[in-house]
Amino acid sequence: MTELTETPMPGLGARWDMVTRSRRGVAVISHQTGRRDLVIYGQEDPDAAAASVELTTDEAQTLAELLGGSRIVERLDALAHQLHGLLIEWVTVSPASPLAGQTLADSQVRTRTGASILALIRDGEAIPSPGADDVIMAADTAVIVGDPAAVTKLTALFDATGPLSSK
Amino acid sequence: MQPVLSAASSGADAGGLLLELGAIILGLAVVARIARRIGLTPIPFYLIGGLAFGTGGLADLGAAEGFIEVGAEIGVILMLLMLGLEYSAEELVRNLRRSAPAGGVDLVLNFAPGLALGLLLGWDPLAAAMLGGVTYISSSGVVAKLLADLNRVGNRETPTVLTLLVIEDLVMVLYLPIVASLLFGGSATATVITVAVAAGAAIVLLLTAVRYGERLSSLVFSGSSEVLLLSLFGITLVVAGLAERIQLSAAVGAFLVGVALSGEAASAGRALLLPLRNLFAAVFFVFFGLQVDPSLIPDVALLAGGLALVTAVTKVVTGWWAAKQAGIARRGRLRAGSALIARGEFSIVIATLGVGLEPGLGALSATYVIFLAILGPIVTRLSDPIAALPGIRRIGRDRVSETSLPVPSLPTSHR
Repeated sequence: MTELTETPMPGLGARWDMVTRSRRGVAVISHQTGRRDLVIYGQEDPDAAAASVELTTDEAQTLAELLGGSRIVERLDALAHQLHGLLIEWVTVSPASPLAGQTLADSQVRTRTGASILALIRDGEAIPSPGADDVIMAADTAVIVGDPAAVTKLTALFDATGPLSSK
Repeated sequence: MQPVLSAASSGADAGGLLLELGAIILGLAVVARIARRIGLTPIPFYLIGGLAFGTGGLADLGAAEGFIEVGAEIGVILMLLMLGLEYSAEELVRNLRRSAPAGGVDLVLNFAPGLALGLLLGWDPLAAAMLGGVTYISSSGVVAKLLADLNRVGNRETPTVLTLLVIEDLVMVLYLPIVASLLFGGSATATVITVAVAAGAAIVLLLTAVRYGERLSSLVFSGSSEVLLLSLFGITLVVAGLAERIQLSAAVGAFLVGVALSGEAASAGRALLLPLRNLFAAVFFVFFGLQVDPSLIPDVALLAGGLALVTAVTKVVTGWWAAKQAGIARRGRLRAGSALIARGEFSIVIATLGVGLEPGLGALSATYVIFLAILGPIVTRLSDPIAALPGIRRIGRDRVSETSLPVPSLPTSHR
């Protein structure tokens, strides 16, 4: 992977820098507010921003997808985000999971564990906010949210390596 | 000082008070509008507005002076609270560890000229040390606004500038309580003890902010903007008042409340408090101007101008040096140095403490800040053309070649 340098920007956030093979400096400033700036450095003055584009969270995500976002999803896989007691987790549904093959309604995920399924990712395609009739399939990646205990419960159901004696 | 409410409720006077306050605030609106039009910070204009009235000015302000005095106090607290809200506690601690050398250079180069001038003028050493504080601290407000206005937030040298500003703010957290307790006076031993207690309390408070900041933030946060505003404002005033009581300076208390708050409480709080800050900060600058006798200014104008020139150069050297450490090329170094020239709100906060001790400090600081708050942004804007001047072009040429990209700056984590 290209070498990235992180530089903290007190009061603003952080800047991620890289130099491309064609010797151009490119950086992303990640503001605490969620705003992102895409910065391209000049050739003549390497420290001055030749162009700086402000991106909202949404726009940044769109741009990331255009530039090959699936790689980012892979890397996020391992990441757990803890915000105010809320946990978001990416879990791959094991073929042995008791929930594989069931619709969301049949699985009764919410009542059984307290966690919700935000989205299912199948073959690189996302099914956002799946409905009661959507089927959970083995090898799907489920994006789940809830308090840590609920997320742990649901993760155990999805991760199951053999038939589970859960009721 | 006259209690505001009773002045207002005494019938006939209420109209007078409102008229006076309204005239002052409208006057500030006019000067702020002019400053904006010509692309300058309104701070020097607020100061000039204050100088025109009050002590030695055109007219005394009657009923409004009580409000202005309390308003000025609140203005300082809100400025420091907002500054603290910009930072998270971990950020401060991390920066302190990493950027101590640059911070040291900054302190030595920019504190010394003020201190030296104060001593040369035969002032009390404490008053001289306050002038050192006035020349040391750049205006984070003016600098941050400049970087945004000139589209330099993305520039490579910008983190260097921001880091220096953070270190200065942290130095203030120690400096203000020490000065405040020295002002309190007493015997030598008593002074040593109060200074130690003040410095210790500042450090303990900072560590408490690091430790319990998150809990405080979730406790304070509320979805209702009314509740959030009142909680934030109330907590800040209480902490500031307590800090003042133990000679820690209300400003430092407010700053640390800001540092302790993070997350939603901080971001929503910033938006809520900004209008209040703008109002009361303006009142603060007017109040400072009111206390200074403008007839003293002609005597100190030359001194202030000379001090401004010297400390503009020392700031440029500081920024140049720090940016060079970060692998920034010549033009970026000059941009970093010139961005730091502007002095403003905190110089005045420090000067406020010492006006009683040395009347000359007020006039000198006001003139000095008026010079540099105007000169600084202009020099920064012109820094690229200045770097291209024949005499300047040779400086710093030797090390960094202009055409090669520098190794990405600052020693940080790699992946």
